[in-house]
Order: sequence, then structure tokens, then C-alpha cells
Amino acid sequence: MNAWLPHPVVTPVLAILWLLLNDSAAPGQIILGLVLGWVIPRLTVAFWPEPVRILAPGRLLRLAGVFLCDVVAANLAVARLILAGPARLRPAFVIVPLDLSHDIAISLLANAICLVPGTVSAQLSADHRQLLVHALDCDDPLQLIATIKLRYEAPLQAIFEGEGAC
Amino acid sequence: MSPAIEVLLSLLVVAGAAFTFIGSLGLARLPDFYTRLHGPTKATTVGVGCLLVASSVAFSASGDGLSLKEVLISMFLFITAPISAHLLAKAALHQCLPSVAPGPDPRPGDGPA
Amino acid sequence: MLNMALTIALSLVTGACALSFFRLLRGPSAPDRILALDTLYINAIALLVLVGILQASPHYFEIAVLIALMGFVGTVSLAKFLLRGDIIE
Repeated sequence: MNAWLPHPVVTPVLAILWLLLNDSAAPGQIILGLVLGWVIPRLTVAFWPEPVRILAPGRLLRLAGVFLCDVVAANLAVARLILAGPARLRPAFVIVPLDLSHDIAISLLANAICLVPGTVSAQLSADHRQLLVHALDCDDPLQLIATIKLRYEAPLQAIFEGEGAC
Repeated sequence: MSPAIEVLLSLLVVAGAAFTFIGSLGLARLPDFYTRLHGPTKATTVGVGCLLVASSVAFSASGDGLSLKEVLISMFLFITAPISAHLLAKAALHQCLPSVAPGPDPRPGDGPA
Repeated sequence: MLNMALTIALSLVTGACALSFFRLLRGPSAPDRILALDTLYINAIALLVLVGILQASPHYFEIAVLIALMGFVGTVSLAKFLLRGDIIE
């Protein structure tokens, strides 16, 4: 977290991205990737106001697994709705109150909401406490809010803010 | 290429293309902008994801080692699709486009992007 | 079998391009057209990947990466333009 190596997690991720892009694991490419992974975070440190801390890497992996399963399920649901036609849709705007306070956690939650249960996040309120969500097929807004909170917000809170934080 | 891999590839390719088509179908036939937004962000992204996995399997099976470049572009699409959907929804709300659903009320103020 | 699957897939994705193009022409609002363009570039990636599998050539993939990068930047800057009336603040 010091000025010499501002984002220890970003360096290996960038190096791996570089290797994927070049589709090779030659020693020269690995060194170049690590150098890029070291230089780029140092140059862009001004754009990262607060450091990212992952407190529970195990839960992050589990969340990713849950998320992948949900993506498949949600897509089948959306595909069925589209094929069934516009008459069967019950679209609704729902306001989800947020308990998260970390900016990166909020943007991850908004991204997850966009990909998963037939919803698109539309707007974050100015005080970062409410997220406006548009649902494609929703008959019970309270249940939708409960699902989002239980499946995504609680794990994100544990990962980025620690269990009982906030 | 072994028959099992060929069947797997064919399934992935057809499923991916079907999702892509359904996403665009949603774009063409749903009633208002906010509902249209759902088709491309979900179905099309996953459809292209399927096609990229198929491409990865095809090039890995045809010799010269594992082909992982496709993972990169799927990851990129999965990260960027929600961002463009979110920005477009914001723009539509900003322009007060009509929606089938009852409008958002009370409306949260304009936050940072 | 794979060739038949690829033919079906290519026709489906071409149909998807046509549907997005219909929405691009039809509108009715600016966000609708931007969304149609966004879908079109993702469909273009799908087409390139399919042609790449069909011809067993890895070169199409590089173009797909470029289209993905450019398309995303284009969509974001257009949406930003609608939001703020200006791209660079």
C-alpha cells in the first residue's frame, strides 16, 4: 500500500492480462508484463482515491461461482420473457436502499445487478444511499430488494468492509 | 477433432448464436426503451460469451496448445456491458423517455456516473 | 456436423444484425439508436468469431478485440454526450 507499490493486487492481474493478450508465456513476456503491472498502477495512482482491500478472498470466489450460475439462470429467464412477447411483461422501477459505503463495492453491485436477475441499475442517488433499478418482470418489489441484498450485497459487504462494518 | 468435441462445439455455437439472436429480437420487439435495454445487455453478452468459449475450444483442439485469448475478450465484454447499460439508462432517465412501467418516484437526484 | 452448426449460427447472427439495424433506423429516441449501435458491434464480434472458427484462422480474433475496445469507448462517449451535452469536461 506504499508509494513504491501502490496496488499489490493489480500488478499480477495486469501481468496475466498481458500474457493472455500475447498468448504466450515466454520469460521475456512475463518480465515485460510484470514491469507494465508495476508501472501502470504507479502512473494511474491519482485515479484511485482509496486503496482496494479484499478482506475475504474465499467469499469472493464463492460469490463469483454463485454469480456465474445466476447469469445462466437469468439469461434463460430473460430469453423466455422476450420470446413470450411484450404482453406478458410487468416492468417496474424499484429503489434499492444500499448498506454499502465503499465505492468499488457499490459499482461491483451495480454491475452484478445489470447482469443478473432481469434488472438494470439505472441511477445512483447523490448521497450513494439508493440505487434505482429497472426490472423487466417484477410483481413483488420487496422480494426483489430482499434477493439483491441477500445474494449480492451481503457478500460484497463482507468482502470489502468486513463482517459487522458500516 | 474427436466426435465428442465436435458435438460440444456445435452445441456451444448454436446456443451462443441463439442467445445473440434473442437479444436482438428483444431490442426489436419490446415496447419501451427500458425494457429494450435488457435484451442486449444480458442475452447478447452471454451469447457472445458462448461463442468465444466455442472458439477457445476449437483452437485448443486443433493443435498448438491452449488458446486462452478468448477469455480476455469475454471478460472485457462482461465488464463493459453493464457499464454501457447503466450509462444508457441514466441518459434515458435524463431525457425523460416514456416508459411502460410507472415512473420512478420519488426520483433520486443526479449522482456521479 | 460442425459446418452445419456454423451455418445455422451464422444465419442467426446475421438475423440479429438485421434486427438491430431495424432498431437503429426506427429509433425513436437517441438512446435507442445508441443501444442499437452497441448491439451491432457485439453482433459484429460474434460474426468475426464464427468466421474465425469456420476458416480455422486466429487472425479474425485480433479484429474482434479492436472492435470490442472501440465499440465500448464509442458507446460510453455517446451516452456521456447525451448526459452532459459535452464529451470532455
